[in-house]
Amino acid sequence: MNLNSGRADNHHWRKVKNMLASATTFVSALLVIAPLALVFFHLLVNGASSVSWDFFTHLPKPVGEAGGGMVNAIVGSLQLLALASIIGIPIGVLGGVYLAEYGTARVNWMLRFVADVLNGVPSITWGVVVYGLVVLRFKGFSAYAGGLALGLIMIPLILRTTEEVILLVPNGYREAALALGVARWKTIVHIVMKTASKGIITGILLALARVGGETAPLLFTAFGNRFWNHNLNEPIAALPLQIFTYAISPYDDWHRQAWAGALVLVTGIFCVNVIVRVLTRQRTASIV
Amino acid sequence: MVNLLMANPDPTVVERVERPAEPPPTAEPVPPLTFEVKNLSIWYGQKRAINDVTLDVASNAVTAIIGPSGCGKSTFIRCLNRMHELVPKTRIEGRVLLQGEDLYSSAIDPAIVRRRVGMVFQKSNPFPTMSIGENVVIGLRLNGVRSQKFLNERLEKSLRMAALWDEVKDDLHKPGTSLSGGQQQRLCIARALAVQPEVLLMDEPCSALDPIATAKIEELIYELKSQYTIVTVTHNMQQAGRISDYTAFFYLGKLIEFGPTTKIFTNPSERQTEDYITGRFG
Repeated sequence: MNLNSGRADNHHWRKVKNMLASATTFVSALLVIAPLALVFFHLLVNGASSVSWDFFTHLPKPVGEAGGGMVNAIVGSLQLLALASIIGIPIGVLGGVYLAEYGTARVNWMLRFVADVLNGVPSITWGVVVYGLVVLRFKGFSAYAGGLALGLIMIPLILRTTEEVILLVPNGYREAALALGVARWKTIVHIVMKTASKGIITGILLALARVGGETAPLLFTAFGNRFWNHNLNEPIAALPLQIFTYAISPYDDWHRQAWAGALVLVTGIFCVNVIVRVLTRQRTASIV
Repeated sequence: MVNLLMANPDPTVVERVERPAEPPPTAEPVPPLTFEVKNLSIWYGQKRAINDVTLDVASNAVTAIIGPSGCGKSTFIRCLNRMHELVPKTRIEGRVLLQGEDLYSSAIDPAIVRRRVGMVFQKSNPFPTMSIGENVVIGLRLNGVRSQKFLNERLEKSLRMAALWDEVKDDLHKPGTSLSGGQQQRLCIARALAVQPEVLLMDEPCSALDPIATAKIEELIYELKSQYTIVTVTHNMQQAGRISDYTAFFYLGKLIEFGPTTKIFTNPSERQTEDYITGRFG
């Protein structure tokens, strides 16, 4: 029968198309994972041998001397992240709360648009802006300037994630609290933000992971430092900056240190992302 | 008359203020009134949701609001504690008096109104971050009550009144969301009772529950009316007949008929009421 054979052909061709589509998506998925795997593999091969106890406890050695570590850069990075958090977390979280709970439609549309544009601004631009606003005015590179640049990058990131998770909180909880005669701001702080707290923390951690690896905004702000610096008004070392400086140097010792630094940095960011995963898994299981 | 809403400006004082006895204004015995709604109209933007409603809510009685979907039942009940104001662009005309005071007078804080007029919603909504116990006392806590002894007393009292104490007394630390649907709704009732309101508004409190859980809530409503004035919205005609003393039938934002439940159900004056109750439309 013509009809039947036609159907069989059709069926066969459909199966082939189906397999082709599956194969294409599978290869694409592999291509997505491949860079991460390659980066990790490369970092492990080149950097693992130089990551030692000394790396976390010693200052950089002068050129030509083997060994030494990046303790000043690791601590410097943490200091910069702390400074950035002081600026980025309150403004970002409160701005996100405003967007989700208070703002009118038109203001919100504008704020969202601006935040999205800011999220797309290349990070070196922030470095230049802070250089112009702070470094030139106060005549010097400083940890404050570096922290400010990173904080400014964090603000729109945290703002948008906070807004999104707060909008996920069902309206019934707001109504229930307001119907108990609870003031609006108390409802927002004690009910809405508490319900969305894991999501807000997730957003903050992701923003920290993102700026923790930023180099460009620190080039003209924190500037980097080969020694301990306990004065936030002075240039300060940061892990990404140190990696940059060491990687473009002509010395093999420094190259090895740069690989080790990169491995430590990527591992740190990876850990933050794992924490985020754990937090969000619990969140979807129980609450929002 | 003393302005009760204003007389209680201290948010830490949640104790109920004693109501002055209302002298009967006429010779004929009139049941004491909790709400007097006068020529009330409500707009959402351009849409008129409530159209010139005048209605009195008797104290310590159950008043049921019935009517087809979209007839303004929920809007009406929400304007009794100013919850409808959460929707932007609402406009109100007419007056709502609670114990003789205008709820919409500019001097009155909606939060204080809501503390006096509690509400239970269609979908049970215990706070997911809190335990059963925390859920019950959160209203008191956020209104400034610090005394743990007082909170514990009120916790037990409210759960007992909501007929939930025996079921949860050993699990007060468990999350409120771990309870069954009917228990969650009774937890929400306990939460509303804990701040000691004078009135309890219920917006279709049983519509998401199975018949057994519904029967429990109905029994509870019957018991609560000795201490509270209750206004409930329901889609279920039999329920209105079972639990209410007065019934108001709304249609397209208008109050078609209002009266004692027995009269509305056995001998309605309006043709529309009869058609709706007998199931000819709605």
